[in-house]
Order: sequence, then C-alpha cells, then structure tokens
Amino acid sequence: MCLAVPGIVVSIESEDELLRAGRVSFGGVEKEVNLACVPEAAVGDYVLVHAGFALQRIDEEEARAIFQEIDRLHAGHGQIPE
Amino acid sequence: MKHLDEYRDRDAAERLIEAIARTVTRPWTIMEVCGGQTHAIMRHGLDQLLPGGVELLHGPGCPVCVTPVDIIDQALELAARPGVIFCTFGDMLRVPGSSSDLLRTKANGGDVRMVYSPLDALRLARENPDREVVFFAIGFETTAPSNAVVALAARREGLANFSLLVSHVLVPPALEALMAAPGNRVQGFLAAGHVCTIMGWREYESIALRHRIPIVVTGFEPVDLLAGIHQCLLQLEQGRAEVANAYGRAVKPEGNLHARRAIEQVFEVVDRRWRGLGLIPSSGLGLREPFADLDATRRFELHEPSAAAPSECIAGEILRGVKKPHDCPAFGARCTPEHPLGATMVSSEGACAAHYKYARP
Repeated sequence: MCLAVPGIVVSIESEDELLRAGRVSFGGVEKEVNLACVPEAAVGDYVLVHAGFALQRIDEEEARAIFQEIDRLHAGHGQIPE
Repeated sequence: MKHLDEYRDRDAAERLIEAIARTVTRPWTIMEVCGGQTHAIMRHGLDQLLPGGVELLHGPGCPVCVTPVDIIDQALELAARPGVIFCTFGDMLRVPGSSSDLLRTKANGGDVRMVYSPLDALRLARENPDREVVFFAIGFETTAPSNAVVALAARREGLANFSLLVSHVLVPPALEALMAAPGNRVQGFLAAGHVCTIMGWREYESIALRHRIPIVVTGFEPVDLLAGIHQCLLQLEQGRAEVANAYGRAVKPEGNLHARRAIEQVFEVVDRRWRGLGLIPSSGLGLREPFADLDATRRFELHEPSAAAPSECIAGEILRGVKKPHDCPAFGARCTPEHPLGATMVSSEGACAAHYKYARP
C-alpha cells in the first residue's frame, strides 16, 4: 500500500501550487505525476512516486552512501566498535 | 531502473548478510512495521538468510488490513447507492465487510471504480457533475498528502459532488500500543520507510527513549532491508536504543515539509479503531471542521459503525506479532486469498497472504 517507485522527471507540465504536474519516466514508461509536494524537483531529478504523487526528491549523495557503508563494513569485517 | 536495481545487488546483499552474521551473538526479535517490507522479505527470502535466533515479526503496517469492518460496511453502503461513483484502490475490493465486499457490490450493480490515484477520483468528479463521487481515503501517512491535496483542489474548484470516506491511520501510536500490549516480544523496529519520507523520524525518538528500543528507518529493497536489520541488530548487541536512518536517499529528519503542511491544513488527529487492534487513541486522521462538507459519512448520513470481525480470524494477534499465520486453524483451508476471512489474507501486503503466496512454514 505504501509502495513508492523511483522515476526520473522528464518534463514539467504545470506550475500550479496544488496541481503542479510533470511527466515521470519509470524505466521508459511515462506517467503524469503530481509534483505539488516536491516544488524543488526539476527535469532530470529522480522522485519517489506513490499513488500518482511524488513524495520526495531522491538524494543522490545518500543513495551512494549506503554502498560506501557496505564497503566499509566488508573491509573492517564489521568489528563492533568499543 | 536506477535507484531500484542496485538495491537488489546480490554481492551487496551477501556482504550485509555476512556482516549480520558477525554481529549477532544471541537471539533477537525485530518487527518490520510495514506490510510492503513484509512482502519484500518473503519474496526475496531474506528471513531465511538471517542467523538462527533472529526472528522477524510482521507488523500492523498494512492499511488494507487494519481498516475496520464497520468502515468497509460504510463503503459498501455508499457503493450500493444509486447516483454514487465509489472510487477505491484495487486492494480494498475483496476485503470482507460484515456480509459482503466491494467486488460483490459492483457485481450487483454498484458503480465501483478502481483507481490508481485520488487524482483519478477528482477527474471523475469533474467529468460527472450529476453524480456523487466518493473516494475511499485509506492509508498511512504516506498516502495522506495526496488525499489532502485533492481535498484542497476540490475545495478550490468548488467541486460540490466530491467527497472522501476517510480511514487514515498513523504509525507511531500503533507502535506505542504494540509496546504496551501483553505478550509483546518486539525488541527492535524497522520503521516504515515511506511513512518517514513524509513525516521524518523525530516523533520516533520519544518512543525509542521511553521503551528502550532501537528504531531504524528502513526501505523496501533487499539491500535496504538488510542494512536496516544490520543497524538494528548492531544497536541491540551494543545495548543502544536510538532512532537511526537506513533509508537516507528517501528520508530526511523532518520528512517532507510541503507534504506535512498539506496534511496539517486538511486533517486533524483523531481516535481511530484498527481492525484486530481495537481503539487506539490519537491514531488516525479525520477531516478538519472547515472540510466537513467533504466528509462522506456526514454528507450521506451513514450508519454509525458497530460491526465486529468474524471470530475465527486471528488477524489481530498476527498484526501484533503475537501469532504467525500458521497458528490459525483456518489458514490455507477455510481462509485463502480467493476466499479470505480476514484482511491480512486479502491484501498482497498482509502477513497471511505473504505466507500463503511464498509458502512459509
């Protein structure tokens, strides 16, 4: 139910406060998505979409951080720090 | 697809499983709060890759599952009315009310429409000015902003034929209720990632502190889930009980302030009954007084809710993590996804449906 899918904003169609909308591509499949809750999202940004609404712009730096953490864990063999 | 495929990477998942194995020294019980997480854990078999003694309990985070029977009955009453177009997400169609479900109501002539977004219901209201269009506004905090935005848009457009049957629920009060319940075994929570995308995690800090329990905000893909489990187990082993975020790409400490503002404008916190869990104070959202004309229960003077769940169904204990689906004598026999007794068997995210589909003992 709380499923949300990442997609890339390919166009902004309307700048209305409540019905700000754009086309978002999900691996090539495009849908119109409400962007009212992500006024900062621009073409080329990834957004997380739930029930036709973008919930948040995806933070690219944070997206990479989890893999750096996994590398760190692996290199350090996950010793519990004192 | 970017931001999806890399979190299903086998190598990264194996490294996390190794890290988890090195971390754990004794048995622990963790609850994944969200039904979407339950489904992903079952689908990818993550529960079977954890060290023996680490148990995952399935939480109440399935709005379809916790919507009480009497609200389903109100939906059925509305859907059967002439002149009403009743719009709902697809997974509500087969949830049993006290005597029927929306799919059967549709078969008997009710105008029930399955929609993908509340925006579809808004469009139907614009296109059918001579009909009453009702949207079944269920869900957790994740779904609340979209329903708030359509309420604001309907108000601005002066759409007089659009209303909402609201049964919104909130996660933190449910976690409090679980912790207070007798027989509670939960030692750590994986908080529902997309709920926190909207609300942030600040309101979980007092729960972690008061109940001495680690809470890790966690996503939905295998790498995300394993990272959340690892962080939670690390805290448990170290005797820490903090709120941590293992889903940084989607969750900020304060959540999404634009979305929260929309919720705040339209909804207020109300007491809400949960299917299987009973009344939980301040655990839901209802329309604020200035939006009362959009409230379908008032517009159509619906019957006061009263019904009870079928007695054989143990969904309440399953939603509290006290029992597993196989503890139920009806599981897989008198209760299947085709003929469900309770909502945990209906929703694809319900624990019973997940156990049934992925054949877990």
